[in-house]
Amino acid sequence: MQHQNGMTTALSGRSAWLLAAAVSLALGGVAGAAQPARGRQAPAAPAQPDFSQVQVTATRVQGNVYMLEGAGGNVTVQVGEQGVLVVDTQFAPMADKLLAEIRKIAGGKPIRFVIDTHGHPDHVGGNERIRRAGAAVFGGNVENDDPRGEQGAVVIAHENVQFAMIKAENTPQATPAGNWPTETYSGSQYDLFFNDEAVQMFHMPAAHTDGDTIVFFRKSDVLSTGDVFVTTGYPYIDRGNGGHINGILEALNRILDITVPRDKQEGGTMVIPGHGRISDEGDVVEYRDMLTIIRDRIDAMVKKGMTLEQVKAARPTRDYDARYGATSGFWTTDMFIEAVYAGLRGGSQAGAAQ
Amino acid sequence: MAIKLSLRRNAAGGAFAGLLLGVLLAGTASAQVTQLGYWLPIYHEDFDERVPGPHAGDYAGLPINEAARLRADSWDPSLLTLPEHQCKPHPSTYGFRGIGTTRIWETRDPETQQLIKIETHIEWEAQHRTIWMDGRPHPGPSAPHTWQGFSTGKLEGDVLVVRTTHLKAGWMRRNGLALSDRTTMTDRFHRYGNIMTHVYVIDDPVYLTEPLVRTNGFKLVENGTMGAYPCRPAIEIPRPRGTVPAIPLDASTYSQEFATQFKLPVEAARGGANTALPEFMKQSRPAGQR
Repeated sequence: MQHQNGMTTALSGRSAWLLAAAVSLALGGVAGAAQPARGRQAPAAPAQPDFSQVQVTATRVQGNVYMLEGAGGNVTVQVGEQGVLVVDTQFAPMADKLLAEIRKIAGGKPIRFVIDTHGHPDHVGGNERIRRAGAAVFGGNVENDDPRGEQGAVVIAHENVQFAMIKAENTPQATPAGNWPTETYSGSQYDLFFNDEAVQMFHMPAAHTDGDTIVFFRKSDVLSTGDVFVTTGYPYIDRGNGGHINGILEALNRILDITVPRDKQEGGTMVIPGHGRISDEGDVVEYRDMLTIIRDRIDAMVKKGMTLEQVKAARPTRDYDARYGATSGFWTTDMFIEAVYAGLRGGSQAGAAQ
Repeated sequence: MAIKLSLRRNAAGGAFAGLLLGVLLAGTASAQVTQLGYWLPIYHEDFDERVPGPHAGDYAGLPINEAARLRADSWDPSLLTLPEHQCKPHPSTYGFRGIGTTRIWETRDPETQQLIKIETHIEWEAQHRTIWMDGRPHPGPSAPHTWQGFSTGKLEGDVLVVRTTHLKAGWMRRNGLALSDRTTMTDRFHRYGNIMTHVYVIDDPVYLTEPLVRTNGFKLVENGTMGAYPCRPAIEIPRPRGTVPAIPLDASTYSQEFATQFKLPVEAARGGANTALPEFMKQSRPAGQR
């Protein structure tokens, strides 16, 4: 576990980049290199709207935390005396609109931190623009000649996000270097104390990707989950980047460990999903139950030796398809079943994180 | 403020303004809500389903689709032993069919006497519902969903008409017949003397083929009381982390068992809009009883 007290950074941005690159090279690109062999599938790129027509709206969730919506994943914004912390930054063309909405909420307070829940372009596309609009705090061991003097805010992600970006360099899926994290953490947890509240980042291994982070604002009692929890459909399991149905279920159960309903399975800890509406524990339970039931059905079919086509023909999701399924677009029900099947074929419980 | 000033300056003008104000607020400030008070449910309808509880596999008379059927077939009553399920209240789409005292009261602005909201509280699991009567809009699609949903109401004569959205995923019958979080409901509260009839219409594009319409009866209680209903979940059955009890796919025998026990055709037990029709019931009787 790494800890960061206040705004004293644990690892300089340049060091993080170099370390990530070195580790990646030394291990042959740890995060991604082992992935293509296991049933990798490449869904079509997410449909991108006409960004010029998209408006950003902000909703105060509770405490110091807001949810911003536009195009791409939900954005979480925490505002306080010390500045602004942003979780995820949507697609690149949305950055200026996000900044405008953040300024409406926070006035002139500087953006100090950006946290990436994972590395997909609908969540990190605006990193560079928003980072450069912000400012890290300097002093002590963090000198003015530190490269962050030009970088603006600190961008934090799990190291596997960085590894995946390094691996994808020079491919059509490459993330522009300006959107990369400036700091990464390894292990299971990374903590900040910012704006008078503890901000905890928990790594959710092998879930939506292998670099997922959920962010818990302890005083505001709000959890920002990234795409391990969405209310809009079946979860996108990015097998090419280490995703696995069992990791998603473990992440959902971890979310349920953290959330405390106020009363009668309602309210209390509020949950900002990667996509979709503001939720609470009761909503996560419904989603966890649905995915567990589907996973168990497909797992039973795998253990019977059924082929993928046989599993699809059995329609193991058919009681939930009208709510969560899709027959066209970026992530169809068939693709979801294929990803669950491929993961379970690789070892029925292999992806479960502890 | 303008009306207040005119009253001071000119008695005639003030009288006119007062009349105008009275007309404008006639539907809110002066309208009497006749449903207020303590009510006890009358179980003259569907007693077996509502009080002892429904039989597993009994989907008869409900306009459900195949997805709803399968989901209910997969439902294991042991699900309710999970700590995260133990304290769930009934959603407003079911709560008025349940047991326990119901209290209904109003809140008015003390200065204008305009009706702001009507609240209902059902004792079992403290189902507390707020019905906004002040004309506010329903929230947008990103707002949280709750067990009771977001309700707005209006008075049509003496009838309280309520529209509810933003419901959590719930249920239409307590045997696994689910409703999705896309469900909406319109309900109407009619009072006849000391009796109140509650009529509700549920729409769910996920699990219903057509609106589900039900009625419940209530009797007014003088000097009613309402107890608290705390709930703290506990581990009732130790299980491996993440376990969700469910009947395996296509393995349920519930409907067959229910049909056998009550000497019904299985297709009646399986439900569907047609099973609510008198024609279907007539055909479903043993030949000698048609």
